[in-house]
Amino acid sequence: MTKLTLVERPTQTSEVETGETLSMSHEPKTLFDKIWDAHVVKRSEGYPDALFIDRHFIHEVTSPQAFDGLRKRGVKVFNPSRTTATADHNVPTKDQHLPIKEALSRFQVETLRKNCAEFGVELYDLGHPFQGIVHIIGPELGLTLPGMTIVCGDSHTSTHGAFGNIAFGIGTSEVEQVLATQCVLQYKPKRMKIEINGKLGKGVVSKDIILYVISKISASGATGYFVEYAGDTIRNLSMEARMTICNMSIEMGARGGLIAPDETTFNYIKGRKFAPQGEAFDALVKKWEQLTTDKGATYDKVLTYDAADIAPMITYGTNPGMGIKITDRIPTVAELRDISEQTSFTKSLDYMGLEPGSQLLGKSVDYVFIGSCTNARIEDLRLVANMVKGKQKASGVEVWVIPGSKQVEEQAKKEGLDKIFEAAGFELREPGCSACLGMNEDKVPAGKYCISTSNRNFEGRQGPKSRTFLASPLSAAAAAITGKVTDVRDLV
Amino acid sequence: MSKEKFITLTSQAVPLSIENIDTDQVIPARFLKATTREGFGENLFRDWRYDGEGKPKSDFVLNDKTYSGKILVAGKNFGCGSSREHAAWAIYDYGFRVVISSFFADIFKGNALNNALLPVQVSDVFLKKILTTVAQKPTTEITIDLQQQKVILEDGSNESFEINPYKKICLTNGYDDIDYLLSLRDEIKVFDTVNS
Ligand code: SF4
Repeated sequence: MTKLTLVERPTQTSEVETGETLSMSHEPKTLFDKIWDAHVVKRSEGYPDALFIDRHFIHEVTSPQAFDGLRKRGVKVFNPSRTTATADHNVPTKDQHLPIKEALSRFQVETLRKNCAEFGVELYDLGHPFQGIVHIIGPELGLTLPGMTIVCGDSHTSTHGAFGNIAFGIGTSEVEQVLATQCVLQYKPKRMKIEINGKLGKGVVSKDIILYVISKISASGATGYFVEYAGDTIRNLSMEARMTICNMSIEMGARGGLIAPDETTFNYIKGRKFAPQGEAFDALVKKWEQLTTDKGATYDKVLTYDAADIAPMITYGTNPGMGIKITDRIPTVAELRDISEQTSFTKSLDYMGLEPGSQLLGKSVDYVFIGSCTNARIEDLRLVANMVKGKQKASGVEVWVIPGSKQVEEQAKKEGLDKIFEAAGFELREPGCSACLGMNEDKVPAGKYCISTSNRNFEGRQGPKSRTFLASPLSAAAAAITGKVTDVRDLV
Repeated sequence: MSKEKFITLTSQAVPLSIENIDTDQVIPARFLKATTREGFGENLFRDWRYDGEGKPKSDFVLNDKTYSGKILVAGKNFGCGSSREHAAWAIYDYGFRVVISSFFADIFKGNALNNALLPVQVSDVFLKKILTTVAQKPTTEITIDLQQQKVILEDGSNESFEINPYKKICLTNGYDDIDYLLSLRDEIKVFDTVNS
């Protein structure tokens, strides 16, 4: 094994800072900087920071090679209590009590089981009451807390940032770093603030806010940045709605997004399974209240939007930046923001079977997918149930409701949402990533159109040659009822 | 653990002039079921490369015998989307050692660097020049000089690229990040106790 020792590093600067020394400086800081700097174990000019990670989530798809790496190096997991595992990406959403039929999927989940047992990592396996999509279970179990650094081998780790922490996705080599050392080597991203103020219109929900923002700044507009969402529109959102926003930060290229914690955050965390309880909780709240951006702190970029300009949104193309207001037309080549994207744009519309300049409203859909770490929390299911209560899905449309976790599923049943879905002809299944990425059996067939509450509309994402329209749970529910892309404001 | 060392590479290139190539295209999710790092090259660009029956699509550049080499040249914002490191493994496993683009998504760039795959970011203008040169003469050899941080075409035209000094050392020597982090174990332990 080759050792990279400090001696071999050129022009080594003596500058070594730790969280303690940094917190003594009185420069106004952004919330992002405060949390990041407090977690730097070692910083040297020109080198990535060794960033301490408070909480690490893992799942079956991006962890096996990392555990193999540990075995090859002969090292243990640094602190197993800081890692939590679940099976979500590759699991069936039907008959989870039976062995997984597909051999490779079964092997991957079994490998996770073995690895967790061997290295002492807590696993919420299929059938466990806490199992679910990794970014849904962290918050609902109170494992995700303000001020933390959180990583997972999954780009939507950004979801956790809704609690005022630094959460971002990493690759498998980095999963191995965290398992072995509880640190990742990272370059500090630039800071961006996205401020949204004003009152949201009828039928407009948090998914529309984020689809709107991405459509404005493009799928790569925030690459290199970490975003802080602010403004009164964001403040007035529930925790679940805030998670939807932070979840899709990666869809504009950002490493992550965060929202300063407040009463709404503390109330959500209070009493959760693994959250500190009683006096310990109250003491933490006092600390968490300090997690704000200082007056006078600067961002590398600031964008401001007016909530009144946001309408129910839908994507027409094959990246999440290709979004429009549901009543708008698809742009023509001449209307493109960046003419160099012409080839991609044409290729994308060909794939989608859509004409430039045409309208999506009224377009038939074949599938409706209500699920994923973007929109499969209990609030999303309530929103959908509320809308479809007493109604029927259109014939010829297949509707899948995939709860984000076992707890969401149980809660939905407790509230009788399952009955509402059943009466409407919606199929409520068991938790997992499902048709969000089409790794299990839940695939949208070639050429078919699916309106989906997930976060990615890439070619083939929901199955080979599947065609995805990303939208809010409300718009998805509306389409389920009418069988067409529908302006939800015409129904409510 | 030591990786292959990267010093200088001279090779032909494969042009893939599409923007916003996401990692779901590089390697679709249904091919992520393996528990090792090898073999992903087989399914690199799977759905662009093969039709529904698994037959190679003749219009896709990897199936076009005109082009070969260890350098992939792609449109801007390469590697966006999913953090799957399998994308870097697939590109490497197929035989590429360099990806040239005018813009890379963050996570992909990090994943590539962690796997001895060099992401080389050039200007839009130079990217266009590379693409036209390769289109005109597919046997064009491109040199990637990591020491000098330069991309050099046969006619001598060249452009510098950025790489972090730390990552440069890792690539030239075949080091990886964990070796370095493991050397910090004692400091990390203190941190872990203080923050628990
Ligand atoms: S639901 Fe989709 S986006 Fe979320 S973690 Fe699963 S696969 Fe990734």
